[in-house]
Order: sequence, then C-alpha cells, then structure tokens
Amino acid sequence: MNKEYPKTKMVAPPPNILLPERDVDKPPVLDVRNLGIDFGGLRAVDDFSIAIGRTEISGLIGPNGAGKTTVFNLLTNVYQPTRGAILLDGKSTAGKLPSEVNRMGIARTFQNIRLFNNMSVIDNVKVGLGNSISENLFDSLFHTPRYRRSEREATERAYDLLKIFDMQDLAKVEAGNLPYGAQRRLEILRALATNPKVLLLDEPAAGMNPSETSELMDNIRKIRDEFQIAIVLIEHDMNLVMGLCEGIAVLNFGKIIAKGTPEDIKNNDKVIEAYLGRKEDENA
Amino acid sequence: MGEKKNNNLLGESKIKKLISRDAVTIYIVIVFYAVYSAMIYSGSASRQMLNMVITLSCYILLSVSLNLVVGFLGELSLGHAAFMSVGAYSGSMLSVAILEKFPQIPLYVRLPIAMLFGGIIAAVFGIIIGIPVLRLNGDYLAIVTLAFGEIIKNVIINLDFTGGAIGYDTEPIYETPKNLLPFAAVAVIVSVILIINLAKSKHGRAITAVRDNRIAADATGIKITYYKLMVFALAAFIAGIAGVIWGHSLSIIKAAKFDFNMSIEILVIVVLGGLGSVRGSVIAAIIMIILPEMLRDLQDYRMLIYSILLILLMLFNASPKLIAIRERFSVKNLMAEAKKRVAEKKKVKEGSANE
Repeated sequence: MNKEYPKTKMVAPPPNILLPERDVDKPPVLDVRNLGIDFGGLRAVDDFSIAIGRTEISGLIGPNGAGKTTVFNLLTNVYQPTRGAILLDGKSTAGKLPSEVNRMGIARTFQNIRLFNNMSVIDNVKVGLGNSISENLFDSLFHTPRYRRSEREATERAYDLLKIFDMQDLAKVEAGNLPYGAQRRLEILRALATNPKVLLLDEPAAGMNPSETSELMDNIRKIRDEFQIAIVLIEHDMNLVMGLCEGIAVLNFGKIIAKGTPEDIKNNDKVIEAYLGRKEDENA
Repeated sequence: MGEKKNNNLLGESKIKKLISRDAVTIYIVIVFYAVYSAMIYSGSASRQMLNMVITLSCYILLSVSLNLVVGFLGELSLGHAAFMSVGAYSGSMLSVAILEKFPQIPLYVRLPIAMLFGGIIAAVFGIIIGIPVLRLNGDYLAIVTLAFGEIIKNVIINLDFTGGAIGYDTEPIYETPKNLLPFAAVAVIVSVILIINLAKSKHGRAITAVRDNRIAADATGIKITYYKLMVFALAAFIAGIAGVIWGHSLSIIKAAKFDFNMSIEILVIVVLGGLGSVRGSVIAAIIMIILPEMLRDLQDYRMLIYSILLILLMLFNASPKLIAIRERFSVKNLMAEAKKRVAEKKKVKEGSANE
C-alpha cells in the first residue's frame, strides 16, 4: 500500500514557494509534494504542491468545485491520495488514519459544521483536549485522584480556549443550540484544543456578517501569534483572504493555477479568468 | 474576603455534587436495594417479590450495559442476551468446577470469582463480535448482532459440554434469592456507579463524540476503533456478570431462553428509559419486570394490558407534547416558579415600603 507514496526525504522547499520572511530559515511545517487523487476517471486534485511556513497564514481559494475541500480531506487522510506525499514536520502521513494525522498535528474544521451537537460547548472543547489528558480507563471508571486532577486541568484549559472567542458564558450550552456563528467559532476552538501544528479552516467566515468576519480575522491572527501555528484557510470572502493571508494558492479544476502573495494573486490573469471568465474580445 | 468567597463556592459545588442528577441515580439504586432487602430479610416480602429480585437485578444490569452501546455509543445491538448466556454458561461451569474440586471454598469467594470469569469471557466475546462489526453502522450492525446472538444460542445448544438442548445442570450451585441478593445488589450498584463515572470522563466524552459525529470525532484525534471495542467489551462484561448471577439462581440454564425476544426486551427497557440515561434504564427495568408480575391476577388479559401500558408509557416518555407538559409541571419548574413569586412579592412589599 505504501508503494504508491514516493519515499521523500526532507529537502529544502522548492524555490517557487513563498514563505513569510520570519519562516524562511526554518523548514516548512507542512510540505506537500505532487499530491493527487482520482475518483474513477476524474482527476479531482492533481499535482498539488505547497509548502507552509511554521507560522504562516495561507489561503486556498478557487471557484466552486475546484477541489479545495478535497485537498483538506487529503491532508487529513479522510481520502487516501492516489499520488504524491504529505510531509508534516518531515514525517510522512501516508497510510495513517485521520485520527492519527490529527495526533501528528493537523487539525481541521468542516465546511458543513460538524460539532458534537448533544454535548455542551465545554465538553466539545474537552473532547479536543482528550489526547493531551493523561487519564486511563481505570481513572475514568473509578474517578481516581489523577482523574480529578486531569479533569480540573482540562476544564481550566477549555475555559482558556473559550476565552479566545469570548465564549465562557456559553460553556454549559448544548453545542447544537448555538447560533451559527458561534458554532463555527466553537469548531475552531475544538480543532485548536487538539494542539495542532497546522490548523485547516474550511470556510470559517461562511454565514458571518461583515463585523463578525473582521472580528474573526483579528482572532485568527491572535491564534497564530499566541499558539505559533500555521493556519491554512479556504474562504470565499476575498476581503478576509486578502487581508489575512500571507501566501495564497489558487485552485481550479483540481490544479494550482497560481501561487503568491495577495498582491500577486489580485493581478494574476489566470486567476481573474478562473473567477470571471475570459474577456469577450479574446473569445471571439 | 476573597478566600471566604472561595470556600463558599467550594462548599456549594460539593453540595451540588451531592444532589446532582447522577448522584440521585445512585441514591435511587441504593435505596431500592435497601428497602427491598429490608423487606426480604424481615420476612415481610411475598414469595413473588423474593423470586423476582434476582431477575430484576439481572435486567437492571442488562439494560444499563446495553444502554452503554445503544445510548452512549449510538449503535443498535440486538444480541445482548447472547453475552448474558456466555457469562451464564462460563460462570456457572467454573462455579460447578470449583465446588467439585474445592468444596471448602465459601460462596462469597466462589461467586465473585465466577462472576469475574463469566464477565471476562463475555467481554472476550464482545471484542470478537466487535472487530468485524466495527466496519458496519446502524441497521447493518443491528442485523449482524442479531445474527451473532442466534449463532451463540445455536452453538451452545449443539455442544456437548454445555448440556445441549436439555440445558446445563446448575443444581449443585443453586442458591436461594436471599443468598444471591447481596451479590446482585453490589453488582448493580457498582455497575451503575462505574457507568456514571465513565460517562463523565475523558473516555465517556470520546464515546459520545463518536455517537454525535463520527467524522468529526475522527478528525479530533479520537481512536474510534478503540472506543467502540471498549464499549462492546464493557457492556458484554456487565451482561456476563448478570448471566452468572442468573445461572446461580436457577437449577438449570437453557440456551433457548437467551434468544432474540430477550434481547428485544432489554432494548425496550433501554429505549423506554431513555437513550443515554442510566437512571431511566434502572427505573424502566424495575417497571418492566414488576409490571407483568403485578398483572398476573388478570390472567387472560395480562399481556393485552401489559402491551397497552407499554404503548402509553412510550407515549408519556417520548411524545414531544407530553414532554412539554411534564416539564411544565416538573418539581424543578414548580420550585423555580414559586421562588419567582416569592421574589416578586418581596419586591412589591419593598416597593410599597419605600413609598
């Protein structure tokens, strides 16, 4: 099974990839090489290569159906890639389960929110904290002193996380009853609770109004600064993408058609074509 | 000042813990057994009640353990009786063997060993059935567990050392309900406490997370395979213990008793009590076992009335309109309203005093 993944060693990132200045000296946290997946005869994603800096906020954009979410599903091993390799901190994630990939350090949110709806907000966060709680089955069954200690710790850390989005007051509310925006924020916190190196956000601003969106932008920056992690986001809100991302990759029909800084992307003909179509005189 | 406030808070949280939902569930179980054993040992209980106590305990064990699978893990299992039969046979066999080889070992040592053994063997079966079943969800899993239950039953009937269709002779290890009651009571109380503890822990949260959203749980780093197997094994373990107690209360155990009907009966209890509610399972088990016995005098109409009552109970328990009415008149709500009224009166009084 592992045959299909080329055994890649950690080498310097390809020169065509931009990293923010502060991350240039360090190896990229996520290095994706020629990733591709076929669904039957359809090449959903092809030749997808990208390197993400340790503390970079990068964006993945593209028209509907371009394969953005498929890329996230590949990065988290929900889909096993047909071709290519994913290196997280130099380690290949090939053949790992999604839960193992998460424990290696890639956390994600979902485009269509997937919370644990019947659990309280704080319990949702605590599920994310689960892997860093040192509590075995015996502790859980008999509520040993270690259980009490780790539970108290988890509660404290969960509240610290909730503070990021100012959601402490909602801690006891059932997650399914939260308003839409709060659900999106909770999903980010739950992903953050798993202590990732890379955070993948799938349309974090979907359904938010402009003021909520700008607040979200501040918070994403705050998360990056505080946790020193890389963040990759898929988003259709161009204000958010252009205002937040240091590097952007544009996807169309499963292939990267442009990579660069927001300025580069804004003026890239191919991108404009992908979004708006060709100019009329060229068509004629 | 700050310290004082802190102390106060701590005290409050302790009191809250003592009267929390979960604590009350444990009290219910303990009080139930205290009253029951008081009646039995003082001799004021009828024979009927005496005979019922073991069945009742076994069904409480079965329903709280099935609730782990159906309510907490969210997987429909229709073969729970099979785990009980595995426990009943293996535990009883060990008990018989111990009695033959070391007759000097007293009951209070022999029975716990048999219970542990029966539970472990049942848990092993739980894992064996769990492994292939992990790839299935929902209806498919239900059908596989149903088939598994039938397979176990038929294998036991067709094996020689289990006594075949005639049944396994447990006459030598037979104990009266009076003797078995303490063991059953401890088993029930410990199981209920453990399940409640589990639900409030990291592992419990992971299990409910898998139930609520498997894909998200996977993406959050939860080992789904591990948790599913763990729940299956734990539920089978408790069902196995119930089987061992059951085996000791009869003079013969027959595999045919642990059939589909019994599994469904347990499932009915779990659903009636409410999925994921330990307290509900306990109360529903008590009602569902006592009810047919109470209706015994009605003879011909017994099962008819029983069925109608079951339908009414389901309606009362799960109909949204009735739930709304129940909540409206719940003790909590009435108390809150009374408090509000008192507060309002106070305000009015203060207001008039100020004027």
